[in-house]
Amino acid sequence: MAELPCIVEVEGICTQFGSLIVHENVSLTVQQGEIFALVGGSGCGKSTLLREIILLQKPVSGSIKVFGQDVLGLDDEGALPLRRRWGVMFERGALFSSLTVLENVGLPLREHTELDSGLIDELAALKIALTGLPASAGAKFPNELSGGMRKRAALARALALEPELVFLDEPTAGLDPLSASGFDELVKNLKDSLGLTIMMVTHDLDLLWRVADRVAVLGENRVLGIGTMEELSQAEHPIIREYFHGARGRAAWEQAWKQK
Amino acid sequence: MTKRTSQGEIKIDETEDVIRCHGAWILSYADHLRQRVDALTWPENKELVLDCNQLDAMDTAGAWLLYRLQREVERAGCRLTVQGLQPAFTALLGIIATRAEDAEAVLPVRYGVLERLGRRFAGHMEQAAMMLAFIGEAAMSALRLIKQPSRIRIRPLLHNIQSAGFEALPIVGLLSFLMGVVVSYQGAEQLARYGASIFVADLVGLSMLREMSPLLTAIIVAGRSGSAFTAQIGTMKVTEEIDAMRTIGIAPMDFLVLPKILALLIAVPLLTVYADIMGIVGGMVMAKTQLGIHYADFMDRLEDAVRLSSYLVGLGKALVFAVIVGVVGCFQGFQVGGSADSVGRQTTISVVQAIFLVIVMDAVFSVIFSWLKI
Repeated sequence: MAELPCIVEVEGICTQFGSLIVHENVSLTVQQGEIFALVGGSGCGKSTLLREIILLQKPVSGSIKVFGQDVLGLDDEGALPLRRRWGVMFERGALFSSLTVLENVGLPLREHTELDSGLIDELAALKIALTGLPASAGAKFPNELSGGMRKRAALARALALEPELVFLDEPTAGLDPLSASGFDELVKNLKDSLGLTIMMVTHDLDLLWRVADRVAVLGENRVLGIGTMEELSQAEHPIIREYFHGARGRAAWEQAWKQK
Repeated sequence: MTKRTSQGEIKIDETEDVIRCHGAWILSYADHLRQRVDALTWPENKELVLDCNQLDAMDTAGAWLLYRLQREVERAGCRLTVQGLQPAFTALLGIIATRAEDAEAVLPVRYGVLERLGRRFAGHMEQAAMMLAFIGEAAMSALRLIKQPSRIRIRPLLHNIQSAGFEALPIVGLLSFLMGVVVSYQGAEQLARYGASIFVADLVGLSMLREMSPLLTAIIVAGRSGSAFTAQIGTMKVTEEIDAMRTIGIAPMDFLVLPKILALLIAVPLLTVYADIMGIVGGMVMAKTQLGIHYADFMDRLEDAVRLSSYLVGLGKALVFAVIVGVVGCFQGFQVGGSADSVGRQTTISVVQAIFLVIVMDAVFSVIFSWLKI
């Protein structure tokens, strides 16, 4: 593969909560235009690492660069230009419950651009349509949506400011298999058509096989392995083997194999 | 990384029938681009070329504007050929075009003034109908309870009497005392001018017993307890406790609503009597300091001035107000839908609506009493 610029560079990250060590010297890079997945058992610090990259939490030591810019030590004002270049979709959507879906998606545009209200609504509606929500969803409030629709709406909001990089935290968690596979397609299509770089945290092996270009496995406070799914499924490390060759892992692998 | 290039531009070349797009058609320049696009006019019924050779960045916002332009040109009866658009952008434009119809369906329909007015009115009527249904349902449960008094839930009832009645004593006492002071003070000066100072007892006695005490008490109870009812029931609705209750076979009406309304029916009249006393004490104190009317004289006059009917009128009002506050508080609690945000909204509505209805009802009473000459 040609040398693509690195969008996210994480180097030597150490994180500690009190006496609990979460990360010890974690390093990884995400290249432009790839779908990068972060996996690992519960509590291994996947989400923490994601939160550190998007400046919601601070590691004890190490460096994180996004778009080539060091993000640690940035104050809110300094981080704003970066924040406008990435979008984040939270696990439970984190839509503002007092706003309709259309207003939720339009909110970043209203905050950060000078566009007039009509155009903002049009662009927000476009994002909603792109994420495959039905037209009636626009006027609804988040609590009137199903789990899958809420995730799509959250994705639409993450895409509002035309980000180059999108972070997805557990994009398919809590979805039924059908909605989850719909979401796989959606992520892939959006990535291709909008030229996004996507970094996601997930447990969903199907999603990994179908859309992830590269995967990093976190465990024992460090990166146990990094590579494509094929490479990782050959890896020798016991935790990785267990992860990919447990009953569920095997089923997903077979599924992926059949589809090829 | 996307190149940050020059601002997107659009120009129309009338002689060659070419529309030229330059630069970056991205969100940062969307406002500028929209103005430019809107300002353009095109010849009618012509073959036009959209030259995108110089277009070097495009995101969905830019693609949307380009799509809009395309559509408007075509609406003007022109044929538009796109040239030189990079393959990636062509794909993006294609996706936007396929989704445009969906996107437009998402946009809220803007209603005219009359339709909005009508919809609001219909919404309010629907609310009123639901409130009536709620009252009916509560009344039916109350009837069942009267047939089987053993089913009255004593614990919640006592608990509600304590929180809505007993715990409201200090605030109701203080405010009605102050209200008595104010009424007495306002009246004293006027009455003294006619040498009729002693009539301050009539003024304080009648106004407190007939109007002030029931009204004040109802407003305080609406603010303290009506809001609490809404918040409690609303929160239980959000956490699906109400549904759980139904599945276990406990009627929320019996368990949540009736004890509250019954508690108010007991507590509010008692509070009103207490407010009567405190108000008169306040008036008496003020009459003494302002007009030098001795307590004994004041009480003598009060006995003549205030008939039993005035006292009963106040108590009767208090009962009606109690029902209003209780019903509105519980009803709005059941109107909470889904989110935590909605609990706050309905609580506000509950208090405002309860106070509004109490004052409207008070006015209705005044009219009725003046007919009946009570």
